Amino acid sequence: MSTTTVQKSATADQAPAPAPPRRTRRRGEQGLVGTLAAHGTLTLASLIALFPIAWLVYLSLGPDKDDYLHPGRIWGKMTFDNYSFVLTETNFFDWLKSSLVVSLGTTAIGVIIAATTGYAVSRMRFPGYKKFMWVLLVTQMFPIAVLIVPMYQILSELQLIDTYLGLILVYCSTAVPYCAWLLKGYFDTIPFEIDEAGRVDGLSPFGTFLRLILPLARPGLAVAAFYSFITAFGEVAFATTFLLDDEKYTFAVGLQSFVSEHDAQRNLMAATAVLIAIPVSAFFYLVQKNLVTGLTAGGTKG
Amino acid sequence: MTVAIDRATGKRLGDRGPRPGPLQRLRRSYQKYWYAYAMIAPVVLVLGVLVLYPLAYGFYLTLTDANSLNTARTIGVNEIEATYKFIGFDNYADILWGETAYDRFWSHFIWTIVWTAACVALHYSIGLGLALLLNQKLRGRTFYRLIMVLPWAVPTFVTVFGWRFMLADGGIINSALETLHLPAPQWLEDTFWQRFAAIMVNTWCGVPFMMVSLLGGLQSIDRTLYEAAEMDGANAWQRFRYVTLPGLRSVSSTVVLLGVIWTFNQFAVIFLLFGTTAPDAQILVTWAYYLGFGQQPRDFAQSAAYGILLLAILIVFTSVYRRWLNRNDQQLAI
Repeated sequence: MSTTTVQKSATADQAPAPAPPRRTRRRGEQGLVGTLAAHGTLTLASLIALFPIAWLVYLSLGPDKDDYLHPGRIWGKMTFDNYSFVLTETNFFDWLKSSLVVSLGTTAIGVIIAATTGYAVSRMRFPGYKKFMWVLLVTQMFPIAVLIVPMYQILSELQLIDTYLGLILVYCSTAVPYCAWLLKGYFDTIPFEIDEAGRVDGLSPFGTFLRLILPLARPGLAVAAFYSFITAFGEVAFATTFLLDDEKYTFAVGLQSFVSEHDAQRNLMAATAVLIAIPVSAFFYLVQKNLVTGLTAGGTKG
Repeated sequence: MTVAIDRATGKRLGDRGPRPGPLQRLRRSYQKYWYAYAMIAPVVLVLGVLVLYPLAYGFYLTLTDANSLNTARTIGVNEIEATYKFIGFDNYADILWGETAYDRFWSHFIWTIVWTAACVALHYSIGLGLALLLNQKLRGRTFYRLIMVLPWAVPTFVTVFGWRFMLADGGIINSALETLHLPAPQWLEDTFWQRFAAIMVNTWCGVPFMMVSLLGGLQSIDRTLYEAAEMDGANAWQRFRYVTLPGLRSVSSTVVLLGVIWTFNQFAVIFLLFGTTAPDAQILVTWAYYLGFGQQPRDFAQSAAYGILLLAILIVFTSVYRRWLNRNDQQLAI
């Protein structure tokens, strides 16, 4: 039996054995109109996705705070003054430090605490399993309005308002169940046979987890860590309420302080926004290869 | 010792025999499950301390008339004792059917529902459309994907400010509309346009997540199903309707649920877009925040009561949604 050359391994060829005289359309191939329409739509969507950010970058180059009203004028007098001002004259590096301390703290605590639980709920069934999973699910959908008032009261009693620790604790209330849920999804994709092999070879359940499963689950851990980091980094409500000292602001609060003060320094704000966005999105793109697998794995229903 | 489960049936292996006595059962259950409990203990502890205790305390606050004037606080060196008192369910009654309850709760409630439905529908349909386009063999699709993920990659609190510049009076959007001789709405002042702008910005922020997850779902659908469908003479629409959509079911149900929860709880977009200037465009979450922290005196009790109500709404929705999904599952199984 002769075969035509296989174009792509993913889509098996369906053409009959001898090449037909007329060029047939292969699976997944489109006509010219279809391709153009697809490219057109995707280009438009990309432009819409890109434009607000590009605009922010463009405005950040304008030296005057009202330049956003006359974007045409910026072109002639582009300058990086805003950036040097932000880096030298504002609390930018304090905010960077706070953001990193809070986000990394949350990430570390969240992932470390959640890892064993994710494994336990993925592999073991115990009395109370369903209730526990339900609690994990419900905790993730807590509106901030539920916890913000009691947390504020409790933290003020403990003198933890305006401290990093207080904020980390608050973030852990969402990060921990979320990581557990996400990791459960990832552990579910690791074959049970590996556990069984480990148990047969005499490892305890904890040994199995530590020596076999954890190394295999690195991508899942990375995704969980990444998500905790991003949520903590971008959180607005708690940070705005609980941080009072402008040297302890995280970026989410610091950025607001440009407009809420006596005048709106929009050019500086745009510059700061760009400075924040660049490392975060770079980081995002580094990890994004794992995102799809992590998300869809985490998405399986409990 | 812990128990392995059979993944195919979900049953415990070696689960059999008559019920032994209660004491023995307790001991055996301890021997059997202590490992599982040890492993979930850290999370249980954290949830108990960081979630359940504040939740219970918050619920207690909703039964009082606590506000920033009568709670315990420290001014300088003076410590002032809490003086709020227990008033039962008055807060809830006041929110739900007190005077001006429509303006304070129900109008925000309706807007929140509209907001959630509109945003999730837009997220999902646009996300699915783009995912379908990206799932084709197309030159430069990786490039397109990388750019379209950008709204997700940049933190929301950054991009919302970008939108604020664009939507402001005399910002680029209104300038463009004026150049085209179209009416330039007051995006950040007029209630209808505020709501419109909020939905627009949130759609922009939320589509990439849907797109990426649905793309993952699309890629996991078995190619041979399409071949089989084609052999049976299914046209493009039928292939979409009877192969793609069922294949996406588990991913779709999860991302829609997540989308509803996240959108319902979306704080950053509305808060950063309008601050406290737009009382009519506030969804319930931001409105509750406004009551508790955006005004003086801060009304802690009412704010917490809103929080509890919101949580109740979400829990009811989630249980109904999951039951609805499971009902479909059983039908499929039969």
